Amino acid sequence: MNTPENLQYAKSHEWLKMTGEGTAEIGLTDFAQDALGNLVFVNLPEVGDSIVCGESFADVESVKAVSDVFSPVTATVAEINEELLDQPEKINEAPYDAWLIRVEGITETEELLDAKGYEAVCAEEG
Amino acid sequence: MELIFERSHVGRGCSVLPACDVPAYDVPESLCRKSAPMLPEIAEVDLGRHYTQLAKQTHGVNDGFYPLGSCTMKYNPRVNEEMAALPGFTKIHPLQPVETAQGCLEVLARAESTLSEITGMDRVTLQPAAGAHGEYTGLLLIRAYHLSRGDTARTKIIVPDSAHGTNPASATMCGYTVVSVPSDADGCVDLDGLRAAVGPDTAGLMLTNPNTVGLFDKNILEITQIVHDAGGLCYYDGANLNAVMGVVRPGDMGFDCVHLNLHKTFSTPHGGGGPGSGPVGCKAFLAPFLPGPVVVKKDGQYDLQMPEQTVGRVRTFYGNFLVVVKALTYILTLGKEGIPEASTGAVLNANYLMHQLEGHYDMAYHGPCMHEFVMTLETLKKETGVSAMDVAKRLIDFGIHPPTMYFPLIVHEALMVEPTETESRETLDHAAQVFLEILQEARKDPESLHEAPHNAPIGRPDEVGAARHPVLRYTPVEA
Repeated sequence: MNTPENLQYAKSHEWLKMTGEGTAEIGLTDFAQDALGNLVFVNLPEVGDSIVCGESFADVESVKAVSDVFSPVTATVAEINEELLDQPEKINEAPYDAWLIRVEGITETEELLDAKGYEAVCAEEG
Repeated sequence: MELIFERSHVGRGCSVLPACDVPAYDVPESLCRKSAPMLPEIAEVDLGRHYTQLAKQTHGVNDGFYPLGSCTMKYNPRVNEEMAALPGFTKIHPLQPVETAQGCLEVLARAESTLSEITGMDRVTLQPAAGAHGEYTGLLLIRAYHLSRGDTARTKIIVPDSAHGTNPASATMCGYTVVSVPSDADGCVDLDGLRAAVGPDTAGLMLTNPNTVGLFDKNILEITQIVHDAGGLCYYDGANLNAVMGVVRPGDMGFDCVHLNLHKTFSTPHGGGGPGSGPVGCKAFLAPFLPGPVVVKKDGQYDLQMPEQTVGRVRTFYGNFLVVVKALTYILTLGKEGIPEASTGAVLNANYLMHQLEGHYDMAYHGPCMHEFVMTLETLKKETGVSAMDVAKRLIDFGIHPPTMYFPLIVHEALMVEPTETESRETLDHAAQVFLEILQEARKDPESLHEAPHNAPIGRPDEVGAARHPVLRYTPVEA
């Protein structure tokens, strides 16, 4: 399992990459994409939507199931990764390049884990 | 095998239309299609063979054991078909005057009263054509009720995280925001989580009991009370009614409305297009909002009328009428004693099979189950690489339909097994033996399980390819 050191992680298997003052990218972790299996559909919010810390902002569908993606921050959606709408497999191929959304105006951030802490959570979940 | 379009030959066919004996009508050009529809032309004998060949590639309740959790694939008694084929029920038109359709209306009225009695509700609409359609209709009642009181602040529907995916989908379709509440360690609703979720914006709660992990939520009265105290209504998803039918009633658990799946619990065909039927029952205070028309009796005669504040029609005419005939046949065949006997038999069968597998397969929850049980193959996958999907696919080789896979979502590598009451002890013993045999194969030769099924007409279809690039329409190869 791949867990880059420069990212922060939520227990619900999202990664957060701070890109500037109050801006960040959010994606799904390697562990999450592996557990979900081959993704076939991604449902993203719209630019300008408000997303709330701990609440679902997107969903991803694999042949097994549909799963919610939870936001680690309270912020506004600045950009969505439209490429994923047609090629959800990019999340399986390179989960840390395939950001789902870029956000701005972060006002709240959930207590996040570093790579080591997240790996421990994953080890527990199997 | 060839598609029916590939078997088509120009000029062949099997319909001989009689000469037209009414004046011809010229359809305005604006309403005419520009090119002929692409319909296969095929002789009756080849048509019959085509569908027989297709049928041979499938697995139905008549082929073998079908323990598809949450779907209640019980046997569909032949007497149901016999009743539904009676000319009085088939040679009739829904636009016929009601005085010439009294028998059919009586079927609807008796189906309504027996289903009301079984669910503890006051009125039932038989219009919805399937379970999710029933959910949506039930939510329309909840919405109409709040709006009738001028209460526009109730915009949220609470759904437990173990719910059937259709629950949040129906609520969203109905314009509600979905709030998910967590399950506790027993897979039941977390009461503190529920208390934190309810408020003046709560329109209602959608719940199935027993829940999706096959356990009866013992806090059910407290759960419905919490929602009612907040001003919300309680909706019972009837997907799991087969566990408690005739034993406890959703109406007595505190639910205000409920949907049933006649194609699960009441032995009408499920799958293969059914068609389904998802009647919705409600307490008296919701009855004015029911879809219409509903059957009423005046001076010994049945009639149809629209309820005062109806949400409108949810389907043409009276729903899937012949499915209702089959379900009523089932209810009358079993009677007051047979109905609870069926559900206790379903619970006994599930526990019998679970007990044989326990200690070999990991159960997601411990203790007795209701009509179905959930296993988690997480450890097996870790140890051998064999997944729930692999085991499910291998079952096909033994003539057993796979259980429900990867549901509920709160259990990893889940297999959900629902044997139903109509399976014999021998069938359950055989299934248990097959499950154990597959477990041994998983330890000895995991590779071969990844490739299963080996003996089925279709091996592993490319599910990812089908989902990413679905081909839903035949396109002729250019000559």
